[in-house]
Amino acid sequence: MNTISNTSAALSVVNIGADLFADAIEAQGFAVTHVAWRPPAGDQHALMTLLADPRVNEANKIAVERMLSAHPVIVDVRPAHEVISALQKHKLLHAGPPIEWERMCGPMRGAVVGACIYEEWAKDEPEAVALADSGTLDFEPCHHYNAVGPMAGITSPSMPVFVVEDKTQGNQTFSTLNEGLGKVLRYGAFAPEVLERLSWMQEVLGPALGRAIRRLGGVDVRAIMSQALQMGDECHNRNKAATSLFVRQVGADLVETGRSSEETAAVLRFIAGNDHFHLNPSMAAAKAITLAGANVPHSSVVVTMARNGVDFGIRVSGLGDRWFVGPAQYIQGLYFAGFGQEDANPDIGDSAIAETSGVGAFAMAGAPAIVQFIGGSPADALRYTREMYDITVSSNPLFGLPSLDFQGVPTGIDIRQVCRLNMLPVINTGIAHRLPGVGQVGAGIVYPPMECFEKALSALAM
Amino acid sequence: MVIKARVKRNTYFDSITLMKIARTLTAINGVEDAAAIMATAANLELLKEAGLTPFDENAGMEDVLLVVRASDEDSAEAALQSAEEQLAQRPGFTSIDGDMGGQKQPRSLEQALQLLSDARLAVISVPGPYAALETDRALRAGLHVFLFSDNVPLADEIALKQLAQERGLLLMGPDCGTAMLNGVGLGFVNVVPSGPIGIVGASGTGIQQVMSLIARLGGGVSQVIGSGGRDLSEEVGAITTLQGLRLLQEDEETEVIVLVSKPPAPAVAERVLEVAVKGKKPVIVIFVGADHAALENRYGNRIVVTRTLAEAAQKAVSVCGGSDITTGTWHIREMKAVRAVKTARAGNQFLSALFSGGTLCDEAMHLWAEPLGAIYSNIPIRSEWRLVEAGQRVEGHCAIDFGVDEYTRGRPHPMIDPSLRLKRLQEEASNPRVGVILLDIVLGYCSHPDPASVYGPAILAARKQAKHEGRSLTFIISLCGTEGDPQRLSVQATKLREAGAEIFTSNADAALRCIEILR
Repeated sequence: MNTISNTSAALSVVNIGADLFADAIEAQGFAVTHVAWRPPAGDQHALMTLLADPRVNEANKIAVERMLSAHPVIVDVRPAHEVISALQKHKLLHAGPPIEWERMCGPMRGAVVGACIYEEWAKDEPEAVALADSGTLDFEPCHHYNAVGPMAGITSPSMPVFVVEDKTQGNQTFSTLNEGLGKVLRYGAFAPEVLERLSWMQEVLGPALGRAIRRLGGVDVRAIMSQALQMGDECHNRNKAATSLFVRQVGADLVETGRSSEETAAVLRFIAGNDHFHLNPSMAAAKAITLAGANVPHSSVVVTMARNGVDFGIRVSGLGDRWFVGPAQYIQGLYFAGFGQEDANPDIGDSAIAETSGVGAFAMAGAPAIVQFIGGSPADALRYTREMYDITVSSNPLFGLPSLDFQGVPTGIDIRQVCRLNMLPVINTGIAHRLPGVGQVGAGIVYPPMECFEKALSALAM
Repeated sequence: MVIKARVKRNTYFDSITLMKIARTLTAINGVEDAAAIMATAANLELLKEAGLTPFDENAGMEDVLLVVRASDEDSAEAALQSAEEQLAQRPGFTSIDGDMGGQKQPRSLEQALQLLSDARLAVISVPGPYAALETDRALRAGLHVFLFSDNVPLADEIALKQLAQERGLLLMGPDCGTAMLNGVGLGFVNVVPSGPIGIVGASGTGIQQVMSLIARLGGGVSQVIGSGGRDLSEEVGAITTLQGLRLLQEDEETEVIVLVSKPPAPAVAERVLEVAVKGKKPVIVIFVGADHAALENRYGNRIVVTRTLAEAAQKAVSVCGGSDITTGTWHIREMKAVRAVKTARAGNQFLSALFSGGTLCDEAMHLWAEPLGAIYSNIPIRSEWRLVEAGQRVEGHCAIDFGVDEYTRGRPHPMIDPSLRLKRLQEEASNPRVGVILLDIVLGYCSHPDPASVYGPAILAARKQAKHEGRSLTFIISLCGTEGDPQRLSVQATKLREAGAEIFTSNADAALRCIEILR
């Protein structure tokens, strides 16, 4: 038979579906590979069209090449209103996709109250709530201004922010400074000590870091992350190595530009006392990486994943600024002593930008220590990373993982493959208490709702 | 001696990868030394020490710099080219890669092709709503497709078959049960010797009947191309059947072509038969249940039109000159075997035929309609004989196809899972008005591994019960299979015969035997 027998005498077969058919072919002595198939998600015709469309592959290549070329460097620390001009009185940025005050979860409401008192728009909680109830406050996602904030992500005009610049594309991205663990604004706390700390960060920490970084001529976040990934961090739930590397880089300049040794010591002590200090610059860097891949027509690469504690939202390169949302999920993980599932808030924060850029849970193979959070073993860490290659366009050679033979982290989530394989991106994350101000109660892994990807898939196919 | 360099701007590779690449370059003829570095100040200094300067390129610490010192321009160029190619190789890494405990079972067709790069065919049996996507992927990857799935939207079938046709590929299905390409049996298929008879058909069990009987008659089969139940409809226009016909016409190993189908849409039949008659090879056509006289009138002088599947098999074998068996003698031989079984006449009693193969059911009903009258069925040959639901009981002859949707939704086909048909067999057997029960049993790959062990005891018990009640009850088995099948025809036949059933390897003969008993 010309189209068949000319190429090979015996046909090798791929079997998709019932293994009965594969067994029968094997019994006849022929080679057959059985696919571990599961039903794809989303509209099948949309998926079929997009998988067959060469423009999508081409666009994804461009988007991911841009992501891989991004070179984020911390260039400054400035008050948010100076670098985000829209962020003025009565405007607050929050984590995740857009949400109204009425629908906000406990920790985010607490953070809004705290920010209002901190900005002196209200003197206490009742006044702050009244202000929010009156509709005076203007809420918008951090992502709309290329900013990112962990947990509630509330960013107010006076807060100092890291200014990260992508030296390749020239974009600037921003993130607040990490307050540490325990009672902190990002978990919705607004007790006096929380507000005192915020004031100190505004008056002392931010300016000190800004002076040191400007003098240093910038801190190469990409290089820090690259090294941290080989030192046991995944740059989302574990930031010990990156924080240490950061201190090593800025230490001398902090001293030389410091206003007093007491003040500099306090700054260094604060950073050293918070293993997650570098989470925020890593997030801004991740934002810079994903932003580089945004707005490529036809591209099916995810450039934003973010949660506000109620909704999970994604944005896709070829679909501009549109959010595709579904309900935020509960996190599977370990709880700190005295807390349990009933205390947990659904998934919250902009920190999933880490996974969107290829680190975080996607780099779990480089951070075996943290798999204990999900009761896993180092082998599970390898598996989490390896699986993500199936839903990503490429790998990032800048972020090589020793445990995977220096293969780069999986980068550029393709909504087509997420739906095709019915396999969601995995996210490492902290668990926030559902009530304002209690703080972190555990950590673990979480997945986005498939709905986000299904909606985006249909939109891209239109 | 020349020194040439090339810069990849704003690209990062780790030093180990770069060193590995550099090492491969030094193996190239004419290359004396080579370096691949991130162009940091320290690395540029090393180049100088290695005698890999000067060159006409400027590179900074964000860039990859490739430098080659070679005996001549061409060697240097070849080395740089090779380095660039190696850098460009950032292959799609997936979970199935690597020796580090990655899963070995692919999650998608594309991953499967990484493991089996010479694959030429995909067998797809996922649920209908998902089948189009997998088929589209397989065709675009250059694979022929055997698509077992049913409930695939008609529009998808048409679009996919057009895609296959454009790419010179075969899409067998949807709802294709049987095929055999280059000796690989696909789906529900019997083990037959290779030989000069090519089969193209839209009916799975119809094809199985023809290929099994060809083997029984000493003939052999070259290729079997299934087209799927709707291929010969007006809408699909026989895309696969026509492709298959042409392939068989060109295939060197095929001397005779058998075309098996239920009656096609008239315009489609016309188109298909026009192609059939234009070829140089003899074509035997069995359109089960079609107006034989009309076809015979129109095409009889150019192609062989047969009434039954058995006849088609027989004609194919005799056209090849492989056998001197003619219709008459063969039938007589089969009937002689039957005569050994002592049976009672079942006048005034009803026939209950329980089929797993739709085409076999259809063929039998057409043979029965004239001598027996009304045959009630869930796939009736006349609309007034339709059973509103298959479970409905009527006072009369009935023939049920257990392969239709209502019996297969959420459970395996009756050729694999006999439970529903077995239950019905017991009900029919206890009905005093039923005198003859016919079952088809289809052997081959994918079918039940030992159907006689299931039906044998049931038949034995039913006959015992009937005897106890002083009734006559005859079991007729239409046994489709070959000696080469995993279940072995002779083993199955012996077991069923021991249970007291009459065995026929031709479905038509089994049907005719029922008439003989009932009249």
